[in-house]
Amino acid sequence: MHIRMKIWRQESGQDTGKMLDYELADVNPDMSFLEMLDMLNEQLLEQGQRAIEFDHDCREGICGQCGMMINGRAHGPLKNTTTCQLHMRSFRDGDTIYIEPFRATAFPVKCDLKIDRSAFDRVIQAGGYISVNTGQAPEANSIPIGHPVAEAAFDAAACIGCGACVAVCKNSSAVLFTSAKVTHLVLLPQGEVEAQERVRHMVDQMDAEGFGHCSNTEACEAECPQQISVLHIARMNWEYNKAQLLKK
Amino acid sequence: MLESKIPDGPLEDKWRHYKEHAKLVNPANRKKLEVIVVGTGLAGSAIAASLGEMGYRVKSFCFQDTPRRAHSVAAQGGVNACKNYKNDGDNIFRMFYDTIKGGDFRSREANVYRLAECSANLIDQAVAQGVPFGREYGGYLNNRSFGGVQVSRTFYARGQTGQQLLLGAYQALMRQVHLGTVQLFARHEMLDLVTIDGKAKGVIVRNLDTGEIERHGAHAVILATGGFGKIYFLSTLAMGCNGSAIWRAHKKGALLANPSWTQIHPTSLPQSGEYQSKLTLMSESLRNDGRIWVPKKAQEDRLPNQVPEEERDYYLERRYPAFGNLSPRDIASRAAKERIDAGFGVGPLKNAVYLDFSKAIKDQGIHKIREKYGNLFRMYEKITGVDAYKEPMKISPAAHFSMGGLWVDYELMTTIPGLFALGEANFADHGANRLGANSLLQACVDGYFIAPYTLANYLADEIKTPATDIQHPAFAEAAKKVEEQLHLLKAIGGKLSADYFHRTLGKILYDKCGLSRSKEGLETAIREIKALRQQFYRDLNIPGGYAINSELEKAGRVADYLELGELMCHDALTREESCGAHFRVEFQTPEGEAMRNDKDFAFISAWEWAGENQPPVWHKEPLTFEFVTPTVRSYK
Repeated sequence: MHIRMKIWRQESGQDTGKMLDYELADVNPDMSFLEMLDMLNEQLLEQGQRAIEFDHDCREGICGQCGMMINGRAHGPLKNTTTCQLHMRSFRDGDTIYIEPFRATAFPVKCDLKIDRSAFDRVIQAGGYISVNTGQAPEANSIPIGHPVAEAAFDAAACIGCGACVAVCKNSSAVLFTSAKVTHLVLLPQGEVEAQERVRHMVDQMDAEGFGHCSNTEACEAECPQQISVLHIARMNWEYNKAQLLKK
Repeated sequence: MLESKIPDGPLEDKWRHYKEHAKLVNPANRKKLEVIVVGTGLAGSAIAASLGEMGYRVKSFCFQDTPRRAHSVAAQGGVNACKNYKNDGDNIFRMFYDTIKGGDFRSREANVYRLAECSANLIDQAVAQGVPFGREYGGYLNNRSFGGVQVSRTFYARGQTGQQLLLGAYQALMRQVHLGTVQLFARHEMLDLVTIDGKAKGVIVRNLDTGEIERHGAHAVILATGGFGKIYFLSTLAMGCNGSAIWRAHKKGALLANPSWTQIHPTSLPQSGEYQSKLTLMSESLRNDGRIWVPKKAQEDRLPNQVPEEERDYYLERRYPAFGNLSPRDIASRAAKERIDAGFGVGPLKNAVYLDFSKAIKDQGIHKIREKYGNLFRMYEKITGVDAYKEPMKISPAAHFSMGGLWVDYELMTTIPGLFALGEANFADHGANRLGANSLLQACVDGYFIAPYTLANYLADEIKTPATDIQHPAFAEAAKKVEEQLHLLKAIGGKLSADYFHRTLGKILYDKCGLSRSKEGLETAIREIKALRQQFYRDLNIPGGYAINSELEKAGRVADYLELGELMCHDALTREESCGAHFRVEFQTPEGEAMRNDKDFAFISAWEWAGENQPPVWHKEPLTFEFVTPTVRSYK
């Protein structure tokens, strides 16, 4: 395949970036999208040019580190797929592909396609956990949890923290990410004790980081590689309102 | 030199006895003590969070953009624990025995027993953190069975057990960051260990975003940096996984044990072209229902569904009728390689074998197979474009797990006082072959339940030691060396990328220090690696600057791999027996099975760095078996 690309290049967080043109011949349709970028980087290297920086690590769809806007869509044209699991067979010979970083105020660009998603860590730090020290745990089977509840908690816990939900949202909102963690923990009896504090602190932190509000477009769910449901957002709002009302 | 410090007494009392007598640090003194933890996978996050909870001052480092990306995240299948919830005869001794036998009797009895002993606690801890393990309809935890054992002791969270356990540990870590006991340094890579008066006192790290070289001092340093299977380039590991932290500690005096013992996982997707960057693992659980075969005719070009039943060779069922398709990983991988090398491989590059579900679909119905493996079949189709409900999957062995690593004693301390190694970064528990679902377990147990005690035992003597001064000449010297190395790499100005050297090295190792090894092959490999290393320092090309520059990151890691790879070959060459994942072609039975030599090789090889271009110094820690009798592992 012959592929043309327009790729966002930005030296550092301080620079203004721009789209530059690239071209690759002999792209194998079985290559993953990131392997195609590897190939482009090899070509740049041969010409003595700086490689295109992009986030990636496990390349099997679970670590959540990769992520870019491909032709305006988070993680590219396939549904529920991370960038690393996208293959060139999803494109046509002669295509021009637009590649940009995930964009949001709370996710500043560090270099080219690499972004800073540490805001997500701070949202979790604000309360996305169950406060149990090592050694305090009771016998695991002493708290039976019904199969449907455990499965529902898992559905929420499956979030990989890639940030596609934020990137695709016109408000750059992080409610899908935050609500997934709120739901995961509130559904479990172990997590109920801190439910009210948790949701208030996480939502406050989310706002402090500069993520926007939710206007229910549901674009986040459509692009989420893990198919995290927007129903968690409703759940979080309910938990938040309850917590505010009951606040002492 | 190698004092394993195994407590005396009966096997089942050793750890309890240790804990009863280990020194403690008073809560008021803990905040005076600083600990550096490198790596934020299960072992690293678990120990950093646990130490924070206890009141120590912790600095946690990872090269990823957040701790939650560490490669523990990718483990699929499960985590073993002898809870005996299935009432099927499981207990600590049985789990200990399965693990030590699975490791082909090349690990320490006391360590393995402790691993089994602490396994139950881990499940309690993870459940309390909110890890959503699979449950039965009554609400109690469910288990599945896994390769190499006869009981069901594997706990699982769908196909994402590693991710969920890691999130539990990550959240515990984030809680400590919030409370201020742990300081987090993401996107920081450790480039050297600093020792003062023979003790580990700190690290030199590079901020991968700014390029700055930083010095961090502490009273103890913990490396939990995972395995180095990525040295084979094509592996199931993440792109960033590396051996640099342990290698640089090795060059500062820490011994490296059994570095050549690499588990080659049997069910990965085959390489499909030269461009490929990694091999994706398909969960081993597929072998519960899939049958592995190759055509009986070499160089078969018919499509799999056109090969009639009688012309298929179900070689695992043929060679190992008792365990069949569920033979342990080392055996399944080697049998696949044997068929592929003999010309029976399938696929465009003739480098794969079939994993066929047609019988299971016929027997159980497609809906049942979809329920069990739906996500894996979807993943397979995403990557290969093939519908595995209709035609067999193509699978192939791939480098996966490092059984070898930094030598540690019973306290998980390396040969450098104050330097500890946890999880896959150490060599301790898996012998020459790791059983499935034991890696998550070992990482967690090391981090949550062992190191908090053993570290306190060390730190108790450091209470009066003042905070480490990072202006000490040892820090200045280490920082200078790190900077010089970076400048050196940048200044080469050649034509070839770090990936080129990494791929070439990987190919040498895969062919000559992979699934099967021979004296001649290993000697050739050592020569080839030496030559490749020289070429690296002549022809490497790194455009870009010192701030964010992934080429520079890769180059540093490949430079270390080029040294580590040679040591691996050396280790494999000197072990003149076959055991577990280490198969020397000279030492096999007439039927092609591994021949272990307990008389001459019942020891751990621990290697000491002797300087550039010097042969490493060989130390041996004898393995004595007081409680079990080593037997020939038979799965026939």
